Amino acid sequence: MIDHDVVHATLAHALRNGGDFAEVFVEDRRSSSGRFDDGRVEELVSGRDRGAGLRVVRGDTTGFAHTADLTPEGLQRAADAAAAAAAGRGGTVTVADVSGRDEHALASTVVPPEQVEKRSKVELLARADAAARAAGNAITSVTASYADARRRILVANSDGLFATDDVVRTRIVVQCVATGDTGMQTGHEAPGRTMGFELFDEIDPEKVGETAARRALTLLDAVPAPSGRFPVVLKRGAGGVLFHEACGHGLEADHIMKDASVFKDQIGQAVASPLVTIVDDGAYGREWGTLAIDDEGHPAQRNVLIEDGMLTDYMWDVVRARKAQRAPSGNGRRESYRNLPMPRMTNTFLLEGESDPGEIIRSVDFGIYCVQLGGGQVDPATGDFVFGVTEGYLIEKGEITRPIRAAQLIGNGPETLRMVDAVGNDFDTWTGMCGKQGQSVPVSSGQPTVLVREMTVGGTAA
Amino acid sequence: MSDDLLEIASRIAADARPGEQLEAYVVRSRETEVEVFGGEVESLTTASTAGIGVRVIVDHRQGLAWAGSLDDDVIRETVHEARDNAQFGEPDEFYGLASPADADGVKPPQLDLWRAELADVPTEHKVALALDLERATKAADSRIRNVESASYGDALTEAALANSLGITAQTRRTMCSASAVAIADDGSGTQTGYGFEAGRTLADLDLEKIPRDAATRACRLLGAKPVPSRRVRVVLDPLVTRAVLGVLSSAFNGESMLKGRSLFMGRAGESVGAPHVQLLDDPTDPRALGASEFDGDGVPTRRNPLIVDGVLQGFLHNVYTGRRSGVGTTASATRGLGSTPGVGVRALRLEPGPKSPEEILRDAGDALYVQSVSGLHSGTNAISGDFSVGAEGLLVHDGTLGAPVREVTIASTLQRMLLDITDIGNDLTFLPGAVAGMTLCIGEMTLSGA
Repeated sequence: MIDHDVVHATLAHALRNGGDFAEVFVEDRRSSSGRFDDGRVEELVSGRDRGAGLRVVRGDTTGFAHTADLTPEGLQRAADAAAAAAAGRGGTVTVADVSGRDEHALASTVVPPEQVEKRSKVELLARADAAARAAGNAITSVTASYADARRRILVANSDGLFATDDVVRTRIVVQCVATGDTGMQTGHEAPGRTMGFELFDEIDPEKVGETAARRALTLLDAVPAPSGRFPVVLKRGAGGVLFHEACGHGLEADHIMKDASVFKDQIGQAVASPLVTIVDDGAYGREWGTLAIDDEGHPAQRNVLIEDGMLTDYMWDVVRARKAQRAPSGNGRRESYRNLPMPRMTNTFLLEGESDPGEIIRSVDFGIYCVQLGGGQVDPATGDFVFGVTEGYLIEKGEITRPIRAAQLIGNGPETLRMVDAVGNDFDTWTGMCGKQGQSVPVSSGQPTVLVREMTVGGTAA
Repeated sequence: MSDDLLEIASRIAADARPGEQLEAYVVRSRETEVEVFGGEVESLTTASTAGIGVRVIVDHRQGLAWAGSLDDDVIRETVHEARDNAQFGEPDEFYGLASPADADGVKPPQLDLWRAELADVPTEHKVALALDLERATKAADSRIRNVESASYGDALTEAALANSLGITAQTRRTMCSASAVAIADDGSGTQTGYGFEAGRTLADLDLEKIPRDAATRACRLLGAKPVPSRRVRVVLDPLVTRAVLGVLSSAFNGESMLKGRSLFMGRAGESVGAPHVQLLDDPTDPRALGASEFDGDGVPTRRNPLIVDGVLQGFLHNVYTGRRSGVGTTASATRGLGSTPGVGVRALRLEPGPKSPEEILRDAGDALYVQSVSGLHSGTNAISGDFSVGAEGLLVHDGTLGAPVREVTIASTLQRMLLDITDIGNDLTFLPGAVAGMTLCIGEMTLSGA
């Protein structure tokens, strides 16, 4: 992407007036997307975004600048801006030889988006649309979209790290509206993986369309969700976002080091039910959050965060790991070259237990069964979190009965972790986007069927 | 003014082939962001960015391409990609770029959204401001354990649009903001609170209010607990009102209406709110931070009433949805680089009512004062109208603020909430983004708690 000598010269330039650490991050991202709406192809969009982010660290201060100008002069100007921001403190280091290379090419199995005809992408959407419309006469609106992105990155720093990656992600999203006597309801399905067009050897667009349509149709018969505290069963897969919110964000090292997390100073302590083991695994399969290297050039890895209820570690990026004098954990991520990296989750999983999912449901006299969650939000400093249920049912006398209208569930992270009373043996994953301080990155979460003894359900039924 | 941007856009538009409509939208911005922590600059970001979006319509087929660069080779590639993409779109008789006739005689409002002095503020001054903010927030109350973040940011943005039908438009604006998040701790537990100011230039920011708000909002929640489930009157903080109106705003979207995805479909002329509710989108009001002379199609903006005396007036439109619905554009095209124009609000607000926030609280009797909500994106649905969010705040007893409350949800439907508005405050507050807020009282919602 840029020449090896230019990388070295840029880093040396960034540190010529002192500093503890310098980094250059180069990104070239090509994306394409298509939208099928109202029964026809509405638009195809192509995007190209290319640039570099330069960072100079002195003491606790980071100077950052970014540029779309990748000439040696453009990179030097950005290096000057980043160095000026961090001026006046810190030591001096010389740039280590950036010969240690960790370079990743696209796997041979990946079908890159630019080799796929635009017509083929559009055909997928027509199939998903037709399947959704065929699911029932009450389906009154269908939007199907396709998106792929090929992202090439190069990271080099003054410690001698030099790493590159070439990643393709592909996703299909279907959104349906069903109209009935009680008004309109929506259904949504959006699988995506760190794969090229071969994703559609595994994922059937018709199935995606049908699933979204069925969700909307089911909700037409939904009753208002109850309000109050009830047992909650999370179906395998989608429920993982609960643990992403309940503890994931609070285990990111930036919150810890700012004394802004309820999990600070808890390493080695019991923070969850002994049934709970949580890992963040950026190297797992080809999930939506899977990486070869993170956006600071460190290999993605499996990090155990909570083991049998005991807190074992946090998630680290370079700046926080340097301060804590430890190795980063492969969790330094950024949305684009325009952003500073920070500790972020990748694929966050609650690992499988031994309970039979059917028995978990039968054990509940009255409660909520959550099949799809619409995302959530947490305040890491207090641990209070919410998440929205977009497909849920009542459990009455051990049986899944009536669907409920969309509702928010609310809880406190440490309390909820302690109230995990059963963990199933049926692990599955879920695809999502995670937002933090204005930056959005692809993540997945995963879990087997789980019983939480009690959570507050924010419905409207008395 | 951004003459060089308009030159670039006009040059691209002039290259339209026979039978082709070609539009170029060019933006450039300069940004600074300072974050401080523990008396040190944690990060300082400076950047200039530029980008282009190119739209091609040929044989009623539309294609778009964009790039984060204004280099000649990248612009050429972008125009080529947009032309290629247009071949794969399906024809729609209503596709077409804005022409001078779409302005319908409306002249662009004269708005002064640019404060040249902001460009001249030295970086050291911005750093000092953020450090002062952190110190003042820490000192604002003895129960403030820590300041989670204190920051300052500004942006100077210029944009130009030109198309092959003779539309040219340009606009520029400055904006700055500062914020602090306080963490309060009195041994009973931890609470956070947020203080925030935004404006077009430094003089618009009340830098003493930010630490005061952050500290007050964090400290008054100390000891907060869930309260039993019940139906309750709620009084919304201006920031919360803004969030609720933001969710509601897509119901006025003409594209959603045409595609059967608006909860107001078929209800124009009907009563959808309490009779004293007046809602409008007015991008010609320079006090609104979303104000703009032109919309994303390049059409001059105008004031659009949405609800008058509780009655739905109609929907917002861009050139496409205006033609398709037969009512013409309301100059409500929104535009990012990476997409064709959508429809949206720029400066949505309720007309203020007669009462001050204090009077609203006094008259509310027993209620829940909602200081902040969470889960807006996951627990609300502007198509079905379902609304359920996490809430923090204070109980109101006999018209005065009392015990703090956390870990509860408040729920209703958007349709119900509009009808249940009992009081609209006189404290209209312009905020970043496309929606303004004020204190708002809603007669009844379902609270779920202990």
